[in-house]
Amino acid sequence: MAEWLKGYLDPPWLAYLAAALLQCAVLLAVVMTAVAAFNWMERKIAGRLQDRLGPTRVGGRFGWLQSVADGIKLLTKEDIIPAGADAMLFRLAPYLSFCTAFCVFVAIPFTDKWVALRLNAAVFFILAVAGLEVFGVILGGYSSGSKWSLLGAMREAAQVVSYEVPMALCVVVVVTVAGTMDLVAIGKMQSGWFWDWLVFHDPFTFLTFWIYSTCAVASVNRAPFDLPEAESELVAGFMTEYSGFRWSVFFMAEYGSMLAVSILAAILFFGGWNGPIPLAGLLGLTPQHGPVAGFLGELLGAINTLGKGILGVGVMMWLRWTLPRLRIDQVMTVCLKYCIPLAAAMFVGAALWTYAFPGGLILPARAAPTEPAFPLAAAAHNAGEQ
Amino acid sequence: MAEVNWHTFFFLVAALAACGFAIAVVISGNIVRMAFYLVMSLGAVSGLFFLAGADLIGALQLMIYVGGTLVLLVFGVMLTSGGPFARMKTPRWQWALSIVLAGWLLAILLKTATSVDDWGSASVSRSHVPPEAAPTARAIGLALVGVRVDRLAQQNQDTQAGMAGYLLPFEIVSVHLVVVLVGAAYLARTKRRKQPAQFPQKSSTQSL
Repeated sequence: MAEWLKGYLDPPWLAYLAAALLQCAVLLAVVMTAVAAFNWMERKIAGRLQDRLGPTRVGGRFGWLQSVADGIKLLTKEDIIPAGADAMLFRLAPYLSFCTAFCVFVAIPFTDKWVALRLNAAVFFILAVAGLEVFGVILGGYSSGSKWSLLGAMREAAQVVSYEVPMALCVVVVVTVAGTMDLVAIGKMQSGWFWDWLVFHDPFTFLTFWIYSTCAVASVNRAPFDLPEAESELVAGFMTEYSGFRWSVFFMAEYGSMLAVSILAAILFFGGWNGPIPLAGLLGLTPQHGPVAGFLGELLGAINTLGKGILGVGVMMWLRWTLPRLRIDQVMTVCLKYCIPLAAAMFVGAALWTYAFPGGLILPARAAPTEPAFPLAAAAHNAGEQ
Repeated sequence: MAEVNWHTFFFLVAALAACGFAIAVVISGNIVRMAFYLVMSLGAVSGLFFLAGADLIGALQLMIYVGGTLVLLVFGVMLTSGGPFARMKTPRWQWALSIVLAGWLLAILLKTATSVDDWGSASVSRSHVPPEAAPTARAIGLALVGVRVDRLAQQNQDTQAGMAGYLLPFEIVSVHLVVVLVGAAYLARTKRRKQPAQFPQKSSTQSL
Protein backbone atom coordinates (compact mmCIF):
# COMPACT_ATOMS: atom_id res chain seq x y z
CA MET A 1 0.00 0.00 0.00
CA ALA A 2 2.88 2.33 0.79
CA GLU A 3 4.15 1.80 -2.76
CA TRP A 4 0.78 2.80 -4.17
CA LEU A 5 0.51 5.85 -1.91
CA LYS A 6 3.95 7.00 -3.00
CA GLY A 7 2.43 8.01 -6.30
CA TYR A 8 0.11 10.46 -4.56
CA LEU A 9 2.04 11.75 -1.57
CA ASP A 10 5.18 13.60 -2.30
CA PRO A 11 7.79 12.66 0.27
CA PRO A 12 7.98 8.87 0.55
CA TRP A 13 8.14 8.98 4.34
CA LEU A 14 4.71 10.61 4.38
CA ALA A 15 3.37 7.77 2.22
CA TYR A 16 4.69 5.18 4.69
CA LEU A 17 3.19 7.13 7.58
CA ALA A 18 -0.16 7.39 5.82
CA ALA A 19 -0.16 3.68 5.00
CA ALA A 20 0.62 2.74 8.60
CA LEU A 21 -1.97 5.10 10.06
CA LEU A 22 -4.60 3.94 7.58
CA GLN A 23 -4.09 0.30 8.54
CA CYS A 24 -4.25 1.18 12.24
CA ALA A 25 -7.42 3.18 11.65
CA VAL A 26 -9.10 0.37 9.72
CA LEU A 27 -8.25 -2.19 12.40
CA LEU A 28 -9.40 0.10 15.19
CA ALA A 29 -12.61 0.94 13.35
CA VAL A 30 -13.45 -2.73 12.80
CA VAL A 31 -12.75 -3.72 16.38
CA MET A 32 -14.44 -0.72 17.99
CA THR A 33 -17.54 -1.19 15.87
CA ALA A 34 -17.53 -4.83 16.85
CA VAL A 35 -17.29 -3.85 20.53
CA ALA A 36 -20.28 -1.53 20.23
CA ALA A 37 -22.20 -4.21 18.39
CA PHE A 38 -21.31 -6.84 21.00
CA ASN A 39 -22.61 -4.57 23.73
CA TRP A 40 -25.97 -4.51 21.99
CA MET A 41 -25.79 -8.23 21.17
CA GLU A 42 -25.06 -9.11 24.78
CA ARG A 43 -28.19 -7.32 25.96
CA LYS A 44 -30.34 -8.81 23.26
CA ILE A 45 -29.08 -12.35 23.84
CA ALA A 46 -29.47 -11.94 27.59
CA GLY A 47 -32.97 -10.66 27.03
CA ARG A 48 -33.91 -13.64 24.87
CA LEU A 49 -32.28 -16.28 27.05
CA GLN A 50 -33.34 -15.05 30.46
CA ASP A 51 -36.73 -13.68 29.54
CA ARG A 52 -35.62 -10.15 30.28
CA LEU A 53 -36.85 -7.29 28.21
CA GLY A 54 -33.52 -6.13 26.84
CA PRO A 55 -33.32 -2.79 25.07
CA THR A 56 -36.68 -2.11 23.52
CA ARG A 57 -37.55 1.52 24.11
CA VAL A 58 -34.26 3.21 23.38
CA GLY A 59 -34.46 4.90 20.03
CA GLY A 60 -34.02 3.10 16.82
CA ARG A 61 -35.12 -0.24 15.53
CA PHE A 62 -34.27 -3.20 17.81
CA GLY A 63 -32.80 -0.74 20.28
CA TRP A 64 -29.54 -0.32 18.42
CA LEU A 65 -29.11 3.15 19.93
CA GLN A 66 -28.59 1.51 23.32
CA SER A 67 -24.84 1.22 22.63
CA VAL A 68 -24.66 4.91 21.78
CA ALA A 69 -26.57 5.80 24.93
CA ASP A 70 -24.20 3.58 26.93
CA GLY A 71 -21.22 5.32 25.40
CA ILE A 72 -22.53 8.78 26.27
CA LYS A 73 -23.37 7.64 29.79
CA LEU A 74 -19.87 6.25 30.34
CA LEU A 75 -18.18 9.36 29.00
CA THR A 76 -20.16 11.68 31.21
CA LYS A 77 -19.75 9.67 34.42
CA GLU A 78 -17.50 11.05 37.08
CA ASP A 79 -13.96 9.71 36.94
CA ILE A 80 -13.07 8.55 40.43
CA ILE A 81 -9.66 7.57 41.74
CA PRO A 82 -9.82 6.12 45.25
CA ALA A 83 -7.80 7.92 47.91
CA GLY A 84 -5.90 4.75 48.83
CA ALA A 85 -5.00 3.92 45.25
CA ASP A 86 -1.65 4.11 43.51
CA ALA A 87 -2.90 6.81 41.14
CA MET A 88 -0.35 6.35 38.36
CA LEU A 89 -0.78 2.60 38.02
CA PHE A 90 -4.52 2.96 38.52
CA ARG A 91 -4.69 5.28 35.52
CA LEU A 92 -2.37 3.22 33.34
CA ALA A 93 -3.80 -0.24 33.96
CA PRO A 94 -6.87 -0.04 31.67
CA TYR A 95 -4.79 1.25 28.78
CA LEU A 96 -2.29 -1.57 29.21
CA SER A 97 -5.11 -4.11 28.94
CA PHE A 98 -6.61 -2.29 26.01
CA CYS A 99 -3.35 -2.00 24.07
CA THR A 100 -2.46 -5.66 24.43
CA ALA A 101 -5.99 -6.76 23.51
CA PHE A 102 -5.83 -4.66 20.36
CA CYS A 103 -2.22 -5.46 19.45
CA VAL A 104 -3.36 -9.00 18.74
CA PHE A 105 -5.31 -7.82 15.72
CA VAL A 106 -2.11 -6.64 14.05
CA ALA A 107 -1.15 -10.23 13.31
CA ILE A 108 -4.61 -11.63 12.60
CA PRO A 109 -5.32 -12.13 8.90
CA PHE A 110 -8.84 -11.35 7.78
CA THR A 111 -8.13 -12.83 4.36
CA ASP A 112 -4.96 -14.18 2.83
CA LYS A 113 -4.04 -10.67 1.64
CA TRP A 114 -5.77 -8.49 4.21
CA VAL A 115 -3.40 -8.79 7.09
CA ALA A 116 -1.71 -5.81 8.70
CA LEU A 117 1.50 -7.64 9.52
CA ARG A 118 2.17 -11.10 8.17
CA LEU A 119 4.37 -12.69 10.78
CA ASN A 120 6.11 -15.98 10.29
CA ALA A 121 5.26 -16.93 13.88
CA ALA A 122 1.86 -15.22 13.98
CA VAL A 123 0.22 -17.85 16.20
CA PHE A 124 2.99 -17.56 18.75
CA PHE A 125 2.89 -13.77 18.65
CA ILE A 126 -0.86 -13.77 19.28
CA LEU A 127 -0.55 -16.14 22.23
CA ALA A 128 2.29 -14.08 23.68
CA VAL A 129 0.52 -10.74 23.38
CA ALA A 130 -2.87 -12.05 24.48
CA GLY A 131 -1.22 -13.40 27.61
CA LEU A 132 -0.10 -9.89 28.55
CA GLU A 133 -3.64 -8.62 28.97
CA VAL A 134 -3.61 -10.15 32.43
CA PHE A 135 -0.95 -7.70 33.50
CA GLY A 136 -3.24 -4.71 33.10
CA VAL A 137 -5.90 -6.47 35.11
CA ILE A 138 -3.47 -7.39 37.88
CA LEU A 139 -2.15 -3.84 38.01
CA GLY A 140 -5.67 -2.44 38.08
CA GLY A 141 -6.69 -4.76 40.87
CA TYR A 142 -3.56 -4.17 42.90
CA SER A 143 -3.38 -0.41 42.52
CA SER A 144 -7.04 0.12 43.44
CA GLY A 145 -6.19 -0.39 47.09
CA SER A 146 -9.35 -2.40 47.63
CA LYS A 147 -9.78 -5.94 48.86
CA TRP A 148 -12.39 -6.84 46.26
CA SER A 149 -10.12 -5.65 43.49
CA LEU A 150 -7.10 -7.48 44.85
CA LEU A 151 -9.03 -10.73 45.19
CA GLY A 152 -10.35 -10.36 41.66
CA ALA A 153 -6.86 -9.67 40.34
CA MET A 154 -5.42 -12.69 42.15
CA ARG A 155 -8.11 -14.90 40.68
CA GLU A 156 -7.52 -13.46 37.25
CA ALA A 157 -3.79 -14.08 37.49
CA ALA A 158 -4.22 -17.68 38.66
CA GLN A 159 -6.90 -18.44 36.11
CA VAL A 160 -5.44 -16.83 33.02
CA VAL A 161 -1.89 -18.03 33.62
CA SER A 162 -3.16 -21.58 34.11
CA TYR A 163 -5.47 -21.60 31.12
CA GLU A 164 -2.78 -20.33 28.81
CA VAL A 165 -1.09 -23.72 29.05
CA PRO A 166 -3.88 -25.92 27.64
CA MET A 167 -4.81 -23.20 25.16
CA ALA A 168 -1.27 -23.10 23.80
CA LEU A 169 -1.23 -26.90 23.65
CA CYS A 170 -4.44 -26.85 21.61
CA VAL A 171 -2.92 -24.35 19.22
CA VAL A 172 0.20 -26.52 18.98
CA VAL A 173 -2.00 -29.40 17.79
CA VAL A 174 -3.14 -27.32 14.83
CA VAL A 175 0.40 -26.11 14.21
CA THR A 176 1.58 -29.73 14.17
CA VAL A 177 -1.06 -30.73 11.65
CA ALA A 178 -0.53 -27.64 9.50
CA GLY A 179 3.24 -27.66 9.75
CA THR A 180 3.48 -23.89 10.05
CA MET A 181 2.89 -21.09 12.55
CA ASP A 182 1.95 -18.65 9.82
CA LEU A 183 -1.79 -17.95 10.10
CA VAL A 184 -2.05 -17.02 6.44
CA ALA A 185 -0.56 -20.38 5.43
CA ILE A 186 -2.84 -22.20 7.89
CA GLY A 187 -5.83 -20.43 6.35
CA LYS A 188 -4.72 -21.18 2.80
CA MET A 189 -4.35 -24.86 3.68
CA GLN A 190 -8.07 -25.08 4.35
CA SER A 191 -9.25 -23.54 1.09
CA GLY A 192 -12.19 -25.26 -0.56
CA TRP A 193 -15.25 -26.80 1.00
CA PHE A 194 -15.99 -27.20 4.67
CA TRP A 195 -14.57 -30.71 4.77
CA ASP A 196 -11.20 -29.13 4.09
CA TRP A 197 -11.38 -27.33 7.43
CA LEU A 198 -8.85 -28.46 9.99
CA VAL A 199 -11.57 -29.20 12.53
CA PHE A 200 -12.63 -32.09 10.26
CA HIS A 201 -9.04 -33.07 9.48
CA ASP A 202 -8.92 -35.89 12.01
CA PRO A 203 -10.69 -36.85 15.25
CA PHE A 204 -7.97 -35.26 17.34
CA THR A 205 -8.30 -31.80 15.84
CA PHE A 206 -12.07 -32.11 16.21
CA LEU A 207 -11.75 -32.81 19.93
CA THR A 208 -9.03 -30.20 20.26
CA PHE A 209 -11.47 -27.55 19.10
CA TRP A 210 -13.75 -28.22 22.07
CA ILE A 211 -10.86 -28.01 24.52
CA TYR A 212 -9.69 -24.82 22.82
CA SER A 213 -13.12 -23.24 23.11
CA THR A 214 -13.31 -24.09 26.81
CA CYS A 215 -9.88 -22.57 27.43
CA ALA A 216 -10.64 -19.55 25.26
CA VAL A 217 -13.77 -18.77 27.27
CA ALA A 218 -11.78 -19.12 30.47
CA SER A 219 -8.86 -17.04 29.27
CA VAL A 220 -11.07 -14.07 28.41
CA ASN A 221 -12.90 -14.35 31.76
CA ARG A 222 -16.35 -15.00 30.44
CA ALA A 223 -18.95 -16.88 32.42
CA PRO A 224 -18.94 -19.62 33.58
CA PHE A 225 -15.32 -18.66 34.25
CA ASP A 226 -15.85 -14.99 35.16
CA LEU A 227 -14.38 -15.39 38.64
CA PRO A 228 -12.25 -12.20 38.47
CA GLU A 229 -15.45 -10.15 38.22
CA ALA A 230 -17.95 -12.36 40.02
CA GLU A 231 -20.58 -9.69 40.70
CA SER A 232 -22.29 -11.68 43.42
CA GLU A 233 -19.17 -12.21 45.54
CA LEU A 234 -16.62 -9.54 44.66
CA VAL A 235 -18.86 -6.59 43.68
CA ALA A 236 -17.10 -6.26 40.31
CA GLY A 237 -13.74 -7.86 41.01
CA PHE A 238 -10.77 -5.97 39.65
CA MET A 239 -13.07 -3.31 38.18
CA THR A 240 -14.77 -2.43 41.47
CA GLU A 241 -13.06 0.93 41.87
CA TYR A 242 -13.21 1.93 38.22
CA SER A 243 -15.86 4.21 36.88
CA GLY A 244 -16.79 5.96 33.69
CA PHE A 245 -14.34 5.96 30.86
CA ARG A 246 -11.62 3.84 32.49
CA TRP A 247 -14.14 1.14 33.22
CA SER A 248 -15.28 1.19 29.61
CA VAL A 249 -11.66 0.78 28.47
CA PHE A 250 -11.46 -2.48 30.44
CA PHE A 251 -14.77 -3.43 28.94
CA MET A 252 -13.54 -2.77 25.42
CA ALA A 253 -10.43 -4.83 26.12
CA GLU A 254 -12.60 -7.74 27.22
CA TYR A 255 -14.76 -7.62 24.12
CA GLY A 256 -11.74 -7.09 21.91
CA SER A 257 -10.02 -10.17 23.25
CA MET A 258 -13.25 -12.16 22.92
CA LEU A 259 -13.32 -11.29 19.25
CA ALA A 260 -9.61 -12.10 18.95
CA VAL A 261 -9.87 -15.63 20.38
CA SER A 262 -12.97 -16.27 18.29
CA ILE A 263 -11.30 -15.18 15.06
CA LEU A 264 -8.25 -17.22 16.00
CA ALA A 265 -10.50 -20.26 16.42
CA ALA A 266 -12.15 -19.48 13.08
CA ILE A 267 -8.78 -19.37 11.32
CA LEU A 268 -7.22 -22.34 13.11
CA PHE A 269 -10.18 -24.70 12.93
CA PHE A 270 -12.87 -23.33 10.62
CA GLY A 271 -11.02 -22.27 7.53
CA GLY A 272 -10.91 -18.54 8.26
CA TRP A 273 -11.88 -16.79 5.06
CA ASN A 274 -12.60 -20.10 3.28
CA GLY A 275 -16.31 -20.53 3.64
CA PRO A 276 -18.30 -23.69 4.05
CA ILE A 277 -18.86 -23.28 0.32
CA PRO A 278 -16.08 -21.74 -1.78
CA LEU A 279 -18.43 -18.98 -2.87
CA ALA A 280 -15.78 -16.58 -4.12
CA GLY A 281 -14.26 -19.28 -6.29
CA LEU A 282 -17.61 -20.43 -7.65
CA LEU A 283 -18.72 -16.88 -8.48
CA GLY A 284 -15.44 -16.15 -10.17
CA LEU A 285 -14.40 -13.50 -7.66
CA THR A 286 -10.70 -14.22 -7.98
CA PRO A 287 -7.89 -11.91 -9.04
CA GLN A 288 -7.77 -13.69 -12.41
CA HIS A 289 -11.09 -12.05 -13.31
CA GLY A 290 -9.89 -8.51 -12.79
CA PRO A 291 -9.07 -6.32 -9.82
CA VAL A 292 -12.71 -5.56 -8.91
CA ALA A 293 -13.64 -9.24 -8.75
CA GLY A 294 -10.49 -9.90 -6.74
CA PHE A 295 -11.39 -7.14 -4.29
CA LEU A 296 -14.95 -8.45 -3.94
CA GLY A 297 -13.57 -11.93 -3.28
CA GLU A 298 -11.29 -10.57 -0.57
CA LEU A 299 -14.19 -8.62 0.93
CA LEU A 300 -16.30 -11.77 0.97
CA GLY A 301 -13.43 -13.57 2.71
CA ALA A 302 -13.08 -10.83 5.33
CA ILE A 303 -16.84 -10.91 5.98
CA ASN A 304 -16.56 -14.68 6.28
CA THR A 305 -13.77 -14.48 8.86
CA LEU A 306 -15.50 -11.75 10.85
CA GLY A 307 -18.83 -13.57 10.64
CA LYS A 308 -17.30 -16.72 12.11
CA GLY A 309 -15.66 -14.64 14.82
CA ILE A 310 -18.94 -12.92 15.69
CA LEU A 311 -20.66 -16.31 15.75
CA GLY A 312 -18.02 -17.45 18.26
CA VAL A 313 -18.67 -14.39 20.41
CA GLY A 314 -22.37 -15.12 20.19
CA VAL A 315 -21.77 -18.64 21.48
CA MET A 316 -19.78 -17.17 24.39
CA MET A 317 -22.72 -14.91 25.25
CA TRP A 318 -25.11 -17.84 24.97
CA LEU A 319 -22.90 -19.74 27.44
CA ARG A 320 -22.69 -16.77 29.77
CA TRP A 321 -26.42 -16.40 30.15
CA THR A 322 -27.02 -20.14 30.36
CA LEU A 323 -24.48 -21.57 32.75
CA PRO A 324 -23.97 -20.69 36.42
CA ARG A 325 -20.57 -19.53 37.60
CA LEU A 326 -18.07 -22.12 38.79
CA ARG A 327 -16.17 -21.91 42.05
CA ILE A 328 -12.50 -20.95 41.86
CA ASP A 329 -11.33 -24.44 42.86
CA GLN A 330 -13.59 -25.94 40.21
CA VAL A 331 -12.14 -23.57 37.64
CA MET A 332 -8.62 -24.66 38.51
CA THR A 333 -9.63 -28.32 38.55
CA VAL A 334 -11.13 -28.05 35.07
CA CYS A 335 -7.88 -26.57 33.84
CA LEU A 336 -5.25 -28.64 35.59
CA LYS A 337 -6.97 -32.01 35.84
CA TYR A 338 -8.99 -32.08 32.64
CA CYS A 339 -7.94 -29.56 30.02
CA ILE A 340 -4.16 -29.98 30.24
CA PRO A 341 -4.09 -33.81 30.17
CA LEU A 342 -6.72 -33.91 27.42
CA ALA A 343 -4.87 -31.32 25.35
CA ALA A 344 -1.60 -33.22 25.83
CA ALA A 345 -3.29 -36.46 24.75
CA MET A 346 -4.73 -34.69 21.69
CA PHE A 347 -1.26 -33.41 20.87
CA VAL A 348 0.24 -36.91 20.98
CA GLY A 349 -2.71 -38.27 19.01
CA ALA A 350 -2.49 -35.61 16.32
CA ALA A 351 1.27 -36.12 16.04
CA LEU A 352 0.80 -39.89 15.62
CA TRP A 353 -2.02 -39.30 13.13
CA THR A 354 0.03 -37.04 10.92
CA TYR A 355 2.86 -39.57 11.16
CA ALA A 356 0.59 -42.48 10.21
CA PHE A 357 -1.45 -40.71 7.52
CA PRO A 358 0.76 -37.96 6.17
CA GLY A 359 -1.58 -37.37 3.24
CA GLY A 360 -4.79 -37.50 5.23
CA LEU A 361 -6.97 -40.57 5.79
CA ILE A 362 -9.85 -40.31 3.31
CA LEU A 363 -9.46 -37.02 1.56
CA PRO A 364 -5.96 -36.15 0.51
CA ALA A 365 -5.11 -33.15 2.67
CA ARG A 366 -3.85 -30.17 0.83
CA ALA A 367 -0.18 -29.66 1.29
CA ALA A 368 0.62 -26.43 3.04
CA PRO A 369 1.60 -23.91 0.40
CA THR A 370 5.06 -23.48 1.77
CA GLU A 371 7.22 -21.26 -0.25
CA PRO A 372 10.78 -22.28 0.54
CA ALA A 373 12.17 -19.84 3.02
CA PHE A 374 15.68 -20.13 1.73
CA PRO A 375 15.48 -20.93 -1.98
CA LEU A 376 19.15 -20.27 -2.47
CA ALA A 377 20.14 -22.44 0.46
CA ALA A 378 17.74 -25.18 -0.63
CA ALA A 379 19.19 -25.12 -4.11
CA ALA A 380 22.70 -25.30 -2.71
CA HIS A 381 21.63 -28.22 -0.56
CA ASN A 382 20.19 -30.09 -3.52
CA ALA A 383 23.28 -29.39 -5.56
CA GLY A 384 25.44 -30.72 -2.73
CA GLU A 385 23.42 -33.93 -2.57
CA GLN A 386 23.71 -34.53 -6.29
CA MET B 1 11.10 18.19 4.30
CA ALA B 2 14.02 15.93 4.76
CA GLU B 3 13.76 12.19 4.35
CA VAL B 4 12.58 10.40 7.47
CA ASN B 5 13.95 6.92 7.90
CA TRP B 6 11.17 5.18 9.80
CA HIS B 7 13.40 2.29 10.70
CA THR B 8 15.80 4.61 12.49
CA PHE B 9 12.92 6.51 14.03
CA PHE B 10 11.33 3.43 15.55
CA PHE B 11 14.71 2.11 16.59
CA LEU B 12 15.31 5.31 18.52
CA VAL B 13 11.84 5.23 20.05
CA ALA B 14 12.18 1.62 21.18
CA ALA B 15 15.77 2.05 22.36
CA LEU B 16 14.96 5.20 24.33
CA ALA B 17 11.93 3.50 25.88
CA ALA B 18 14.00 0.47 26.84
CA CYS B 19 16.75 2.58 28.42
CA GLY B 20 14.42 5.11 30.02
CA PHE B 21 12.22 2.53 31.66
CA ALA B 22 15.28 0.55 32.74
CA ILE B 23 16.54 3.63 34.58
CA ALA B 24 13.06 4.11 36.03
CA VAL B 25 13.20 0.55 37.41
CA VAL B 26 16.36 1.45 39.28
CA ILE B 27 15.18 4.80 40.59
CA SER B 28 11.65 3.83 41.63
CA GLY B 29 11.13 2.53 45.14
CA ASN B 30 7.66 1.07 44.71
CA ILE B 31 7.98 -2.60 43.82
CA VAL B 32 4.88 -2.91 41.67
CA ARG B 33 5.78 0.24 39.77
CA MET B 34 9.21 -1.26 39.22
CA ALA B 35 7.53 -4.35 37.79
CA PHE B 36 5.51 -2.13 35.49
CA TYR B 37 8.61 -0.26 34.29
CA LEU B 38 10.36 -3.57 33.76
CA VAL B 39 7.45 -4.72 31.59
CA MET B 40 7.73 -1.59 29.49
CA SER B 41 11.50 -1.90 29.19
CA LEU B 42 11.40 -5.58 28.18
CA GLY B 43 8.52 -4.86 25.83
CA ALA B 44 10.60 -2.18 24.14
CA VAL B 45 13.42 -4.70 23.75
CA SER B 46 10.99 -7.06 22.03
CA GLY B 47 10.05 -4.13 19.81
CA LEU B 48 13.72 -3.91 18.82
CA PHE B 49 13.65 -7.60 17.92
CA PHE B 50 10.58 -7.08 15.75
CA LEU B 51 12.30 -4.13 14.12
CA ALA B 52 15.25 -6.35 13.29
CA GLY B 53 12.88 -8.80 11.62
CA ALA B 54 13.30 -11.50 14.28
CA ASP B 55 9.59 -12.18 14.81
CA LEU B 56 10.07 -15.40 16.72
CA ILE B 57 12.64 -13.95 19.09
CA GLY B 58 10.45 -10.90 19.65
CA ALA B 59 7.45 -13.06 20.46
CA LEU B 60 9.64 -15.24 22.71
CA GLN B 61 10.78 -12.14 24.55
CA LEU B 62 7.16 -11.14 25.10
CA MET B 63 6.09 -14.62 26.13
CA ILE B 64 8.96 -15.55 28.43
CA TYR B 65 10.30 -12.32 29.88
CA VAL B 66 7.39 -9.91 29.75
CA GLY B 67 4.61 -12.41 30.30
CA GLY B 68 5.88 -15.23 32.42
CA THR B 69 8.52 -13.62 34.58
CA LEU B 70 6.56 -10.52 35.41
CA VAL B 71 3.33 -12.27 36.20
CA LEU B 72 5.36 -14.42 38.58
CA LEU B 73 7.07 -11.32 39.97
CA VAL B 74 3.79 -9.59 40.63
CA PHE B 75 2.51 -12.78 42.18
CA GLY B 76 5.51 -12.93 44.45
CA VAL B 77 5.11 -9.30 45.49
CA MET B 78 1.40 -9.62 46.07
CA LEU B 79 1.70 -12.85 48.03
CA THR B 80 4.68 -11.91 50.17
CA SER B 81 4.54 -8.19 50.91
CA GLY B 82 3.45 -7.26 54.42
CA GLY B 83 1.37 -4.21 53.65
CA PRO B 84 -0.15 -2.43 50.69
CA PHE B 85 2.20 -0.78 48.16
CA ALA B 86 5.43 -2.30 49.45
CA ARG B 87 8.45 -0.06 49.07
CA MET B 88 12.10 -0.95 48.81
CA LYS B 89 14.76 1.11 50.50
CA THR B 90 18.21 0.81 49.05
CA PRO B 91 21.15 1.68 51.33
CA ARG B 92 23.72 4.07 49.99
CA TRP B 93 26.56 1.55 49.85
CA GLN B 94 24.41 -0.66 47.61
CA TRP B 95 23.84 2.29 45.29
CA ALA B 96 27.58 2.88 45.11
CA LEU B 97 28.35 -0.78 44.55
CA SER B 98 25.76 -1.14 41.82
CA ILE B 99 26.92 2.02 40.07
CA VAL B 100 30.47 0.71 40.03
CA LEU B 101 29.42 -2.70 38.73
CA ALA B 102 27.03 -1.31 36.12
CA GLY B 103 29.57 1.26 34.97
CA TRP B 104 32.17 -1.44 34.59
CA LEU B 105 29.79 -3.56 32.50
CA LEU B 106 28.84 -0.54 30.40
CA ALA B 107 32.50 0.23 29.77
CA ILE B 108 33.13 -3.34 28.62
CA LEU B 109 30.09 -3.29 26.33
CA LEU B 110 31.03 0.06 24.82
CA LYS B 111 34.60 -1.07 24.25
CA THR B 112 33.38 -4.27 22.57
CA ALA B 113 30.79 -2.51 20.47
CA THR B 114 33.19 0.10 19.16
CA SER B 115 35.90 -2.45 18.47
CA VAL B 116 33.86 -4.25 15.81
CA ASP B 117 34.73 -2.58 12.53
CA ASP B 118 31.57 -3.61 10.67
CA TRP B 119 29.31 -1.92 13.18
CA GLY B 120 30.72 1.54 12.67
CA SER B 121 29.08 2.17 9.35
CA ALA B 122 26.92 0.37 6.87
CA SER B 123 29.81 -1.55 5.38
CA VAL B 124 27.59 -4.10 3.63
CA SER B 125 25.72 -2.47 0.83
CA ARG B 126 22.11 -3.39 0.31
CA SER B 127 22.76 -5.36 -2.85
CA HIS B 128 24.90 -7.85 -0.96
CA VAL B 129 22.12 -8.96 1.32
CA PRO B 130 20.44 -12.02 -0.17
CA PRO B 131 16.72 -11.32 -0.60
CA GLU B 132 15.82 -14.85 0.48
CA ALA B 133 17.10 -14.24 4.00
CA ALA B 134 13.48 -13.98 5.03
CA PRO B 135 12.91 -13.76 8.77
CA THR B 136 11.43 -17.16 9.41
CA ALA B 137 11.87 -19.47 12.32
CA ARG B 138 12.52 -22.41 10.06
CA ALA B 139 16.28 -21.92 10.17
CA ILE B 140 16.28 -22.32 13.95
CA GLY B 141 14.22 -25.49 13.75
CA LEU B 142 16.41 -26.94 11.02
CA ALA B 143 19.54 -26.09 12.99
CA LEU B 144 18.20 -28.05 15.95
CA VAL B 145 17.80 -31.17 13.82
CA GLY B 146 21.20 -30.76 12.25
CA VAL B 147 20.96 -28.62 9.11
CA ARG B 148 22.47 -25.18 9.26
CA VAL B 149 20.92 -23.39 6.31
CA ASP B 150 23.51 -20.65 6.51
CA ARG B 151 26.38 -23.10 6.21
CA LEU B 152 25.18 -25.24 3.32
CA ALA B 153 27.67 -23.66 0.97
CA GLN B 154 30.57 -24.92 3.03
CA GLN B 155 32.32 -27.99 1.69
CA ASN B 156 33.38 -29.44 5.03
CA GLN B 157 30.63 -31.78 6.18
CA ASP B 158 31.45 -31.37 9.86
CA THR B 159 31.18 -27.60 9.99
CA GLN B 160 28.16 -27.75 7.70
CA ALA B 161 26.26 -29.73 10.30
CA GLY B 162 27.13 -27.16 12.91
CA MET B 163 26.18 -27.83 16.49
CA ALA B 164 23.54 -30.37 15.58
CA GLY B 165 22.03 -32.95 17.83
CA TYR B 166 20.75 -30.58 20.49
CA LEU B 167 17.08 -31.41 19.97
CA LEU B 168 16.93 -34.37 22.32
CA PRO B 169 18.91 -32.74 25.16
CA PHE B 170 16.77 -29.63 24.71
CA GLU B 171 13.57 -31.64 25.02
CA ILE B 172 14.90 -33.58 28.01
CA VAL B 173 15.84 -30.36 29.79
CA SER B 174 12.45 -28.79 29.14
CA VAL B 175 10.55 -31.85 30.33
CA HIS B 176 12.85 -31.96 33.35
CA LEU B 177 11.95 -28.35 34.13
CA VAL B 178 8.25 -29.16 33.95
CA VAL B 179 8.74 -32.08 36.34
CA VAL B 180 10.67 -29.82 38.72
CA LEU B 181 7.91 -27.23 38.62
CA VAL B 182 5.21 -29.78 39.33
CA GLY B 183 7.33 -31.17 42.16
CA ALA B 184 7.85 -27.71 43.63
CA ALA B 185 4.12 -27.03 43.50
CA TYR B 186 3.47 -30.36 45.21
CA LEU B 187 6.01 -29.68 47.96
CA ALA B 188 4.85 -26.11 48.51
CA ARG B 189 1.16 -26.80 48.90
CA THR B 190 -0.38 -27.17 52.31
CA LYS B 191 -0.73 -30.69 53.58
CA ARG B 192 -4.25 -31.97 53.35
CA ARG B 193 -5.80 -32.62 56.72
CA LYS B 194 -6.64 -36.21 57.48
CA GLN B 195 -10.30 -35.50 58.14
CA PRO B 196 -11.75 -32.64 56.14
CA ALA B 197 -14.17 -30.47 58.08
CA GLN B 198 -17.74 -31.64 57.70
CA PHE B 199 -19.78 -28.64 56.75
CA PRO B 200 -23.33 -29.47 57.71
CA GLN B 201 -22.56 -30.94 61.09
CA LYS B 202 -25.41 -33.31 61.56
CA SER B 203 -24.86 -34.17 65.22
CA SER B 204 -25.07 -30.55 66.34
CA THR B 205 -28.19 -29.83 64.33
CA GLN B 206 -29.85 -32.94 65.68
CA SER B 207 -29.05 -31.99 69.24
CA LEU B 208 -30.75 -28.66 68.68
